[in-house]
Amino acid sequence: MMKASVARQNRATRQAILTRQTMMLSLVLPILLCLSAFASLYMGSLSFSDALALDFIISDLRLARIVIALLAGAALGLSGCLIQGVIRNPLAAPDLMGVSAGASVAATVLFLLFPALSLGWLIPVAIFGALATLGLLLLLLRHSNLGPTQLVLTGIALSIWLTAFTDWLLVSHPQQTNAALVWLTGSLWGRGWNQVWVLLPWFLVFLPCSLMMAFKLDLLVLGDETAQSLGVDVVKTRRWILFLAVVLAAVSVAVCGTLSFVGLIAPHLARLLVGGDHLRTLPAAAMIGALLVLIADLFARTLFAPLELPAGIFTALIGAPYFLFLLTRYRGW
Amino acid sequence: MAHLDVKNLSFRYPEKNILTDLSLHIAQGKITALIGPNGCGKSTLLKCMARVLMPQQGEILLQGENIHQQNTRQLSRKIALLPQAPISPEGISVKELVGYGRAPWGNRWGRLNNTDHLIVNEALAYTNLTDYQNQDVSALSGGQRQRAWIAMILAQQTDWVLLDEPTTWLDISYQVELLNLMRKLNQQGKTIVVVLHDLNQACRYCDELIVLKAGKVQAQGTPEEVLTPYLLKETFSLTAEVHTDPISGTPCLFAK
Repeated sequence: MMKASVARQNRATRQAILTRQTMMLSLVLPILLCLSAFASLYMGSLSFSDALALDFIISDLRLARIVIALLAGAALGLSGCLIQGVIRNPLAAPDLMGVSAGASVAATVLFLLFPALSLGWLIPVAIFGALATLGLLLLLLRHSNLGPTQLVLTGIALSIWLTAFTDWLLVSHPQQTNAALVWLTGSLWGRGWNQVWVLLPWFLVFLPCSLMMAFKLDLLVLGDETAQSLGVDVVKTRRWILFLAVVLAAVSVAVCGTLSFVGLIAPHLARLLVGGDHLRTLPAAAMIGALLVLIADLFARTLFAPLELPAGIFTALIGAPYFLFLLTRYRGW
Repeated sequence: MAHLDVKNLSFRYPEKNILTDLSLHIAQGKITALIGPNGCGKSTLLKCMARVLMPQQGEILLQGENIHQQNTRQLSRKIALLPQAPISPEGISVKELVGYGRAPWGNRWGRLNNTDHLIVNEALAYTNLTDYQNQDVSALSGGQRQRAWIAMILAQQTDWVLLDEPTTWLDISYQVELLNLMRKLNQQGKTIVVVLHDLNQACRYCDELIVLKAGKVQAQGTPEEVLTPYLLKETFSLTAEVHTDPISGTPCLFAK
């Protein structure tokens, strides 16, 4: 009797949790996204009396910018979620692994040395830089089990090293430094529909690819040995998922520069809100990433208007303390 | 007959040889224990059998087919492995965990159909976990958690089950419970290969013992044939007497 009623109670709690998670995923997050998008659309440094100018500002400048914020944020959220799942490391993220820095270096080279090349080149070049960095990281860690400490320390060292290259490039090309700097700190300033069309196809291809990996990620979380025994080709799957994650991060870096910590925070909040089933966690992480970048950009535009700050400063302002908080939580290692 | 043959298997890490030119034969329908001192390669051998590790030389044949040339998913319908320290994920219920055992049979999204649900419920009932099915795996006691992993393997419906030190970290009562569960699985027709530390338990519960030392097979046979004072001295450097277990009638060692 007792046992049965306890079991029933457990079931009820579990169902309540599941409904709450579904609500979060299908209602709360989308509504929050729409609200922030509208807020972004109608808030800005200039108020216009001229209806035409207002129309231009809203539909041409702000709308494009919002779309980019959504896509770039979602790509970073997905990327972080894939990486954290595949190496079972809660402190992994594209920027903490040096992958974002790798994309930055490659894009900066293109930016400064080949300014004549078209925008479409930026993404493939950034992807190349990011993949090369991932390769280097995996080479450095080839005898390790990719534990949190080693990965984060090696990633950060790699990141600093690559950032030094970027700085060197910037200093040696002073005439273009300003534009490159604004882009590098993670800004959505001056981005328009051009960038949207460059970004969108990549996103549309890689979003479904990521979602297809959801169940494999669920199994990988159980450990390599269990996953392999349950029929997952661990080595191949891990490589493919890392590839997806790196491309998504690189695409976002190519368009917006480095938006620090979004790829770290979004998956954490997603797991907190919708649990560990990746078919829920991945879309939730994408939405939270989009929300974070959108809000960061809104603050960046409006807080000190008409002066505009890079959105990356705001994500770092929120992200770094959150990272420190996580470090204190994972004391085990 | 579906037997497992290991032929001239060698496995080495960059700095160390683990298994060297090892060959053995495991018959179907039995419980076989891999025993030996620490670092003798028993876990490595088990992982090679589960295809978690790739040997540098030699082959492992299941029903005459090399397992390292088979599709991972196909193989996961034949051989299941319970690792030594499986990772219990947070936010996953017992029923969800057992449901993962259906992965080799289900679709790529991992959603269960009616047959899967039936098999999962059976596995839960078999391991006395029906009342706990909605609890978080991380909230279970050590013994319950190990039963949940066994239930997952049951749901996988394989003929071969490999267990890597399943009793380590468990209280003695849970150890006995788990070993009895293992025997029950065997009586259902599953072939079991298990790495065990406790030699007396191995003698009690297993039909066959394989003794490894430094990556080679030292002895293979029934507990009566294998567990002798001479072998204990040779393999474990242990001076001991072997008597008969008053309850099970199997050999039982007492260290001097």
